[in-house]
Amino acid sequence: MNGFMTPQSSIWWMVLLKCAILLLVVITTFAYAMLAERKVMGWMQLRPGPNRVGPWGLLQPAVDAVKLILKEDLTPKTADPLIYRLAPFISLVTAFAVYAVIPFSEPGPGNVWAVGDVNAGILLILAMTSIGVYGISLGGWASGSKYPLLGSVRSTAQLVSYELAMGMSLVGVLILAGTTSLVGIVNSQAKLWFFIPQFIGFMIYVITAVAETNRAPFDLVEADAELVGGFNTEYSGLRFGLFFIAEYINMLTVSCIATLLFLGGWNAVAGLTIVPGIVWFLLKVAFFMFAYIWLRSTFPRIRYDRLMTFGWKVLLPVATLNLIATAAYVAVRG
Amino acid sequence: MTVAFWILALLLIASAIFVITAQKPVHSVAGLLAHFLFLAITYFMLSAEFLGVIQLIVYSGAILMLFVFVIALLSSGVAPFAVGPDRLPKIAAPAVVIIAILLGFVAYAVSREPAVTPALHGVASGPVGTAGVFGSVADFGHALFTLNLLPFEITAFILMVAVVGVILLAGDHVPYVPTRRRARLVESDMREAIVRAGEE
Repeated sequence: MNGFMTPQSSIWWMVLLKCAILLLVVITTFAYAMLAERKVMGWMQLRPGPNRVGPWGLLQPAVDAVKLILKEDLTPKTADPLIYRLAPFISLVTAFAVYAVIPFSEPGPGNVWAVGDVNAGILLILAMTSIGVYGISLGGWASGSKYPLLGSVRSTAQLVSYELAMGMSLVGVLILAGTTSLVGIVNSQAKLWFFIPQFIGFMIYVITAVAETNRAPFDLVEADAELVGGFNTEYSGLRFGLFFIAEYINMLTVSCIATLLFLGGWNAVAGLTIVPGIVWFLLKVAFFMFAYIWLRSTFPRIRYDRLMTFGWKVLLPVATLNLIATAAYVAVRG
Repeated sequence: MTVAFWILALLLIASAIFVITAQKPVHSVAGLLAHFLFLAITYFMLSAEFLGVIQLIVYSGAILMLFVFVIALLSSGVAPFAVGPDRLPKIAAPAVVIIAILLGFVAYAVSREPAVTPALHGVASGPVGTAGVFGSVADFGHALFTLNLLPFEITAFILMVAVVGVILLAGDHVPYVPTRRRARLVESDMREAIVRAGEE
């Protein structure tokens, strides 16, 4: 890992190496996040969860992957073949692309713990996630059947609505930090983590993040009681797997953003700087991932009209007020 | 850098041609999405980081998303979208002439200007994003809210007028009923329906 800290890492093969390692880490995290979700949900519902494959069920992700790869890849007759095949890749590529700009630990001399330290980092992440929506909406449309179409139309409406409130809640942090660079934002939280002065923004971010990743209780996109499987009903085999991976990686992404913007990133808890920053970062991300699972096994799915009303009439006005208050505070303080 | 520019330029033109030649509207949207992506990359290469990101967030993330939304609702994916008569042969010749004239103007204007090096004059270059550097978020915001505040606000106002107009034109002119009373009305309707179903 020392290579990450040397100044030569802007060389092209170093960037490629970073990308390769990152891909491997993210995919492995996805696999075990999925297993963790099934385990934790199992315990919360007083059942053991997957425990047959390997010790403690630890080889379950590998078996799932083999199953998905061996399954037949079906394309419905009514589907639009080009878009139908393209959609899962849009989802997956944009989900991965975000990791190019996420810093995982404190930058060393002349280097960063990221593939690239972009100054408009947080904006780039927002841009990539807003493109990721196309995977869902185009995939649902191209399936050529009604349930996926309903799922994708729902998702488009939901994501567009909640993206506004999400963006507003993030701007509060940007105003306090005075920069759009992710490294800069984390560094400005050395004394006080932003979830304290921006508590309203933090709550709005957490709520919209759950909605943006289409997770329970906002998983109307794949409400199985109403829409069979939602936008991915017609997909099978590896293409379904790609959507599945993208969903979990997006969960991981929003957890990373929450950690970077509100929980102080790699800043240590209670001055415990002996523990390296990367460990703190991962612990905080893991906390968010756990909260996701917790939410899913706690809350029932929200009704669709309530979801839209909540997004437009509650979250957006509160986020706007929070933004104005923050801006006024910073302006008065000078 | 030059090689990257030419590759990007070819991709931009190819995706633009795909947008107008695609048979299905959704294919056009996919082409336009690719076009916006390449355009954003072009902005990044020109150190206009903020503009590139805004290109992605506003055009790809919001406007094009609405196109998909409308197309998905209207064409519903089952029947192939009805394509009108192919008007490309008719408009091809005039279009080529107009483009040639415009390009001629551009060439004339460029030839009259003294040769300008691509380096930006009087603008500090360096890591984008810090104040005082070309294309940075701080400078962009500063320019928008001080020098250009009036045009910015007027644009916002015009957009707002357009939104209100659309709601006026497209709204179902139903007289306003307070939410609680409406809820009561719905409830009584449902009760009547249940009673009717029971009678049958």
